[in-house]
Amino acid sequence: MQKEYKTITEISGPLVFAEVDEPVGYDEIVEIETADGETRNGQVLESTSDHVAIQVFEGTAGIDRESSVRFIGETMKMDLTEDLLGRVLSGSGEPIDGGPDIEPDEKRDIVGEAINPFSREYPEEFIQTGVSAIDGMNTLVRGQKLPIFSASGLPHNDLALQIARQATVPEEAKGEDGDDEGSEFAVIFGAMGITAEEANEFMDDFERTGALERSVVFMNLADDPAVERTITPRLALTTAEYLAFDKGYHVLVILTDMTNYCEALREIGAAREEVPGRRGYPGYMYTDLAQLYERAGRIEGREGSVTQIPILTMPGDDDTHPIPDLTGYITEGQIYIDRDLNSQGVKPPIYVLPSLSRLMDDGIGEGLTRADHADVSDQLYAAYAEGEDLRDLVNIVGREALSERDNKYLDFADRFEEEFVDQGFDTDRSIDETLDLGWELLSMFPKAELNRIDEDLIEEHYIDEETAEEVTAD
Amino acid sequence: MSQATESDVREDGVIESVSGPVVTAKDLDARMNDVVYVGNEGLMGEVIEIEGNITTIQVYEETSDVSPGEPVESTGAPLSVDLGPGMLDSIYDGVQRPLDVLEEKMNSAFLDRGVDAPGIDLEKTWEFTPTVEEGDEVEPGDVVGTVPETPSIDHKVMVPPDFEGGEVVAAESGDFDVETAVVELDNGEEITMHQEWPVREARPSLEKQTPTTPLVSGQRILDGLFPIAKGGTAAIPGPFGSGKTVTQHQLAKWADADIVVYVGCGERGNEMTEVIEDFPELEDPVTGNALMDRTCLIANTSNMPVAARESCVYTGITIAEYFRDMGYDVALMADSTSRWAEAMREISSRLEEMPGEEGYPAYLAARLSEFYERAGYFENINGTEGSVSVIGAVSPPGGDFSEPVTQNTLRIVKTFWALDADLAERRHFPAINWNESYSLYRDQLDPWFEDNVAADWPEQRQWAIDTLDEEAELQEIVQLVGKDALPEDQQLTLEVARYLREAWLQQNAFHDVDTFCEPEKTYRILGAIKTFNDEAFDALDAGVPVEELIEIEAVPRLNRIGVQEDYNEYVDELESDIESQLRELY
Ligand SMILES: Nc1ncnc2c1ncn2[C@@H]1O[C@H](COP(=O)(O)OP(=O)(O)OP(=O)(O)O)[C@@H](O)[C@H]1O
Ligand SMILES: [Mg+2]
Repeated sequence: MQKEYKTITEISGPLVFAEVDEPVGYDEIVEIETADGETRNGQVLESTSDHVAIQVFEGTAGIDRESSVRFIGETMKMDLTEDLLGRVLSGSGEPIDGGPDIEPDEKRDIVGEAINPFSREYPEEFIQTGVSAIDGMNTLVRGQKLPIFSASGLPHNDLALQIARQATVPEEAKGEDGDDEGSEFAVIFGAMGITAEEANEFMDDFERTGALERSVVFMNLADDPAVERTITPRLALTTAEYLAFDKGYHVLVILTDMTNYCEALREIGAAREEVPGRRGYPGYMYTDLAQLYERAGRIEGREGSVTQIPILTMPGDDDTHPIPDLTGYITEGQIYIDRDLNSQGVKPPIYVLPSLSRLMDDGIGEGLTRADHADVSDQLYAAYAEGEDLRDLVNIVGREALSERDNKYLDFADRFEEEFVDQGFDTDRSIDETLDLGWELLSMFPKAELNRIDEDLIEEHYIDEETAEEVTAD
Repeated sequence: MSQATESDVREDGVIESVSGPVVTAKDLDARMNDVVYVGNEGLMGEVIEIEGNITTIQVYEETSDVSPGEPVESTGAPLSVDLGPGMLDSIYDGVQRPLDVLEEKMNSAFLDRGVDAPGIDLEKTWEFTPTVEEGDEVEPGDVVGTVPETPSIDHKVMVPPDFEGGEVVAAESGDFDVETAVVELDNGEEITMHQEWPVREARPSLEKQTPTTPLVSGQRILDGLFPIAKGGTAAIPGPFGSGKTVTQHQLAKWADADIVVYVGCGERGNEMTEVIEDFPELEDPVTGNALMDRTCLIANTSNMPVAARESCVYTGITIAEYFRDMGYDVALMADSTSRWAEAMREISSRLEEMPGEEGYPAYLAARLSEFYERAGYFENINGTEGSVSVIGAVSPPGGDFSEPVTQNTLRIVKTFWALDADLAERRHFPAINWNESYSLYRDQLDPWFEDNVAADWPEQRQWAIDTLDEEAELQEIVQLVGKDALPEDQQLTLEVARYLREAWLQQNAFHDVDTFCEPEKTYRILGAIKTFNDEAFDALDAGVPVEELIEIEAVPRLNRIGVQEDYNEYVDELESDIESQLRELY
């Protein structure tokens, strides 16, 4: 069915309203042709027996009442094929790399169906990112959704690139049926409203490291239409699911910047005159974001996996803002990028205390990473938290007023940031190196202080001062 | 969900408009809350508003591609659940469709739409043993027989509450499917193992009683400081990542309920998968059987249709009430009630209702209290006693407890477990803030703890509370002047309080032993810390400097009691070591 109408009654922001005399399906794709022959794409947001509301992806500028409206009779689909790997597409899925047309093996609805919770497999294969603050303290596993909470002017992109470059699944962490030759990831990169400069940074890195060959890039830049941003991540995730669950790839999806995506949602909500929720964002933003973030995971009996690293910039560095807040409520943890650490030159400036990986507990330990991993990370957390607390106090009373014990914790907090967290964007540390470094720092304390660590593990790993000297003497 | 019985033929309607989960239909002959099938694919929905000729429907499935003009068919019956053997050890979506059956029927790991399935297997046979014989008089609610549903639970087959009852004329024992009459009454009523009940209506009971037995959770801070009663209500509010789900999972695993109904309402898929994978392997501390044998799961995750999220808590509580009627103690966890409230808000805003506070509908408070009112310790209509305890997680935006869902919940529930982002950040788990939390059941449960654990349970607890209070006050001073500026006795109090936090309040949910702590062990850990306290203050009085007191070899061992399986021996030795090491100092 391709019925054409010239019945536009109202144009408002990104929305167009038109009268119809035949029923149109909810969510269906619409083509609008302007008087000067340009075609815009849109989607049905509300359908009644005599009129429809249409959301136009490329903006409504240039549309008038004379424009014609065509209903395609189907919902939005993504063209899928393995040949997408290596390609660069626009935010609405059109090739922009000058390469050949996409010859799809299959077309699939971009509003993916929910994975049946009964069909999921719990993610527990450790991904080594080579970043100590992540691997040691907030371990990422295959099939997890772990966002980066950042803010404007911070190097979240460098961290995302470092992860994309270094992420591997070490031999021992693969499950029993863990087979697969390539422990490398296929990378899906979905850009929403980022600057051309940022985009170049990503593309250069992909090209320099040869990662582009195993990547699919979706680019919606800052000067591209805002409403298009609502479909870019859906195209990216539909591609990710296809590569993972049909073609057996382990897919890493990087979505940046989710804040721009949410702004686009707010714009559409405002145009529809909806009752706004917190700070003007739509009341359904939780559900909408969940429909993106939940498209990560593993499925029983399927090879591949979808791991998501969405990036968002917190307006006003405020993590109670609805965008980070709702994200945190949906994702399986979060990595905080911190402004203070960044100005101290810590690279990557990850603030581990509020960071969290909820799937860590099942992904680490004997046979996965190392038997001491959980205890070491617990103890590092506790010690760093105590050191951080004392920093406030020391500003008031001075170091001399503190006990010897307290001073140790202060020293520890400094060394933790300087040696453990600050490793540079080009250093790739194995999990053994990370944990050994943890022991080196923890051995600043007497054994009795290490109350989170099993006594046997302390005996095995604790570095006594004498032995420490031997090591350095070597 | 229940296959609505087509009681009377009703007029079909046609779709007038579609907007997300809300569809309106013209000329539909249906009553409020009736279940309807929408569109060519027959998507399940429920009537939520009738205005003149226009009926508004919330649809429990995705509505992409559905058009005006498609038909709508009414079933003439309200949204109901199927009740009968086979509910335990299963996992449902928000309208009680078994997710394992859906996977099979759809032949896909993704949830397709337009597929329905009954809540219990109508063909499977169960071994029925009557508990009545010919000539017995039975009334509504009476138990007429039993079925071994799982190794843990005998399912009681009851006269449905809406039957009249009468004299038994036939009672068969043997293997039957759930639709076959197993007991017949003289008035012609036939009792099968299957009944239906509308989810939005509480099942009848005789009377609500004051609960006096704790729902023992095996979590030290809960049993020790903020206990919930069997038949009680509790709320766990907290920002993201503070431990709501882990606490709910801990309760589902270790609480001494007969039956657990776990409702995953608008939360993560993987969290439900975790339960499905873990519970069959974990041992029920009471029966020794697999935990799954006492568990019914309802999973309507955040990405599943929002209307079915709205109904999932009702599906859950109706199933809970049904087991209560058998005389069981049921615990229901709802994670998270905020997502349920948001589903209400989303539907309400599509209906263009007048919004109340923060866009929530004006009836938010009423719905919340109706729901929690279905909890309680009951005398059932068949004379047995049973309970439904309800523990609801609340996810306040920005972690701010002043928002409407938290506030309206706190007005109803009697136990408040306040999660604290600060504690979670420093990995103090469970991150339940001991200064803010409360339990209004404490006094009425004390006799139970005195009789079953230790006669001085309330005194010991009071000592712990006082010490923690004092710590909170002292901490304010320490923030200004540092610890060393305090007098020695206060320094010692801080040290004792530290052990209360680290050895008693903290509990690692992921440690094989520490994850569950019986009340006796909770009591002994506290006792050991108290021993240190008393002995150390004696030593201090005798002139021993505080630094020496806190440095004795034995004290740090307090932190290791939690992980000891044979804790009695360990504590005995530790207490005597503390005693002797401290006494050596003077
Ligand atoms: N008792 C506990 N023992 C050990 N770790 C815990 C405990 N409680 C919480 N945690 C840690 O905190 C993390 C977050 O907990 P949880 O998933 O329960 O948070 P939540 O409050 O449900 O968050 P959300 O609202 O986002 O669902 C867990 O993954 C775990 O690492
Ligand atoms: Mg949770």
